[in-house]
Amino acid sequence: MKTIKSVIPRVAGFFVIMLVLTSVIYPLAVTGISQLFFKEQANGSIIEGADGKKYGSAFLAQQFTGNEYLWGRIMNVDTGTYSNDKGEALMYAGASNKSPAGEELQQMIAERVERIQEAHPDKAGEPIPVDLVTCSGSGLDPDISPAAARYQAGRIAETRGISEEEVLEVIEKYTKGRFLGVFGEPAVNVLKVNLALDGLLS
Amino acid sequence: MTNVVIQMALYCLILVGLAIPLGAYIGKVMNGEHVFLSRILVPVENGIYKVLKVDKKEDMHWRKYAACVGVFSVISLGVLWLILCIQKVLPLNPEGIGGTSWHLGFNTAASFVTNTNWQAYSGESTLSYFSQMIGLNFQNFVSAAVGIVVLFALIRGFIRVKQKGIGNFYTDMVRTVVYVLLPLSLIVSVCIASQGVPQTFRAYDEVDLVEPVVVENEDGSTTEVTKGVVPLGPAASQIAIKQLGTNGGGFYGNNSAHPLENPNPFTNLLEMIAILLIPVALCFTFGRNVKDKRQGRAIFLAMFIMLAAALAVIGYNEQKGTPQIEQSGVVYTGAEDQAGGNMEGKETRFGIATSATWAGFTTAASNGSVNSMHDSYTPIGGLVPMLLMMLGEVVFGGTGCGLYGMLGFAIMTVFIAGLMVGRTPEYLCKKIEPFEMKMAVLVCLATPVAILAGSGIAALLPATADSLNNPGAHGLSEVLYAYSSAGGNNGSAFAGFNANTPFLNVSIGLVMLFVRFVPMFATLAIAGHMAAKKKVAVSAGTLPTHNAMFIFLLIVIVLLIGALSFFPALSLGPIAEYFQMTV
Repeated sequence: MKTIKSVIPRVAGFFVIMLVLTSVIYPLAVTGISQLFFKEQANGSIIEGADGKKYGSAFLAQQFTGNEYLWGRIMNVDTGTYSNDKGEALMYAGASNKSPAGEELQQMIAERVERIQEAHPDKAGEPIPVDLVTCSGSGLDPDISPAAARYQAGRIAETRGISEEEVLEVIEKYTKGRFLGVFGEPAVNVLKVNLALDGLLS
Repeated sequence: MTNVVIQMALYCLILVGLAIPLGAYIGKVMNGEHVFLSRILVPVENGIYKVLKVDKKEDMHWRKYAACVGVFSVISLGVLWLILCIQKVLPLNPEGIGGTSWHLGFNTAASFVTNTNWQAYSGESTLSYFSQMIGLNFQNFVSAAVGIVVLFALIRGFIRVKQKGIGNFYTDMVRTVVYVLLPLSLIVSVCIASQGVPQTFRAYDEVDLVEPVVVENEDGSTTEVTKGVVPLGPAASQIAIKQLGTNGGGFYGNNSAHPLENPNPFTNLLEMIAILLIPVALCFTFGRNVKDKRQGRAIFLAMFIMLAAALAVIGYNEQKGTPQIEQSGVVYTGAEDQAGGNMEGKETRFGIATSATWAGFTTAASNGSVNSMHDSYTPIGGLVPMLLMMLGEVVFGGTGCGLYGMLGFAIMTVFIAGLMVGRTPEYLCKKIEPFEMKMAVLVCLATPVAILAGSGIAALLPATADSLNNPGAHGLSEVLYAYSSAGGNNGSAFAGFNANTPFLNVSIGLVMLFVRFVPMFATLAIAGHMAAKKKVAVSAGTLPTHNAMFIFLLIVIVLLIGALSFFPALSLGPIAEYFQMTV
């Protein structure tokens, strides 16, 4: 007990010094460096249109259901958590955390399959790439696999009245390969493809 | 499968390749030897001693060392708890987020002080920038450092002969933070910020959705949501240390699966290697500092063999997927132009290989950050991470605490092997006597006791059922995973489980404190008693602790104690679910 009491003052002082070093100086230094050299990246990678309108963060998914758009991963949309100063609800999303071996997810996937097959008569008989029927880990996955993107090219082309090649070209343009050719998986950025199709991306 | 094998092998290769030189560096730093950063950092170090009037030559008795660790942790717990509860009136809160409840505050404070970083909260909606940066970020540094300094106290216990002291708490802490954690965090944070991880104090941004989302209200009417939120904050600096310090508490609720926390495979590589970098390096530091590199290599190999086996099982099961997803072939789960397999809860850019490797790394280390949702793993793919935590977080484990936990098992192993051949057990030329054995038992058994008692009580309470996100066997897995995560000071979760209730917050908080501090004080006691002993000469009767036989025995003992304690519980959870899945 005596030992404990005797160390309290110095340990408390030590606590304060460490706090300043690791939680004030260090984060401020990183903020300084980041804001100086990677301003756009450090502020959420917002995609701004020519009109100054903010179309989204390059890293956060938006939900697309229209036939003219490339669809992304299944989203667990959340409109209840965030709102702005005017009280308007803001969209966000989260994971499903459903067991992949459970009946609940099995039924949910069966419904998604039905909806997707209906929208893609040109792909009758072809199996649907798994990314299109599953929810991602963040719920905000900005990407979809190349297989899942190409699966939709026919539908997008027909709805927009352009050729399938044009759609595939845009998809190709916004596909990122593996890091150093090995790590991770190739991924197509859904928002960028759709903004490009709408002609909003320079 | 080839893709999975190649990626996993390369990740391990990079990890070990970086850990070996880092191990030597940490060994030098902690001995106060000259390193390449000395010229810049010695003045910083001495400045801190001067302000605090610390005598850096003081050699502390283990009781004083333990008192410093204890007092530091109690202050940490109190201050963090207070910050969380009153964050509403503190600065750096552009979103005007209110204080947490007393029990969520307690749980989160206990969780960060014990290096667990269990997330009963969701960062972006529950915590202000102040709470994150001053509260959590600080504990990410110091709770990691406390684990490391206790390890070094133990190492000194082994090498010292007939001495009273086991080192100096202040110099150990300062050197760990200033020479190891800060420089590494600086490198990682700047790299990930350059790739798109936010690092700013601005309020959350608002964007216009390209296609508005139509939400159906309860009364049947519909609302159109036209805007989306982009949560920001000083994220990169905190994410770097939460990975390096085996903390794991995400800046965002969905942790490193969140695209702003981990935007691409490059940031993922950095963040994932950072999980195990220091724990692996410390194995080599251990060998160097006890002046017998073979001892460090033996411990490393025992851990690595278990990690490799775990990775193989997770990778195989996740790539294989489940019949529920495949829907008799209507859904394509092959690997042509996609990752394939079980993609529920996984990000496209990471696929199976990178997600499975992370799952193995983060539960082997007591990190607990995730880049995919473990709740959505296949039954056996999710069993392995759970088992890694149940083993007591000794497969590399937390920074420092993983290795001293494993050394507890090593002591246990020489004792049991000694019983079998009828010789006095010795480890590193020190006799293992009843006192050390009692303490080693505390180190080894704290985790199984805490997990089984905690999850057993929780499973009996009717209210726990309301927290479950999945019914049946998977529901039990969710409870079991929660207490395993707390009992291993890991912090990852089957995240569908709603742990933010008074009972769960308090009980999980207590489990975390118990499994952190009981083994820690036991380890310091072992260190103190070891340092006071004389060295015994190696003789023909000494059991070598660096050969294949010892590695094998050590693995067997770890599995014996860890796995067998949990087999009944696991068979009711994931194993039962596995058999349900296949029928």
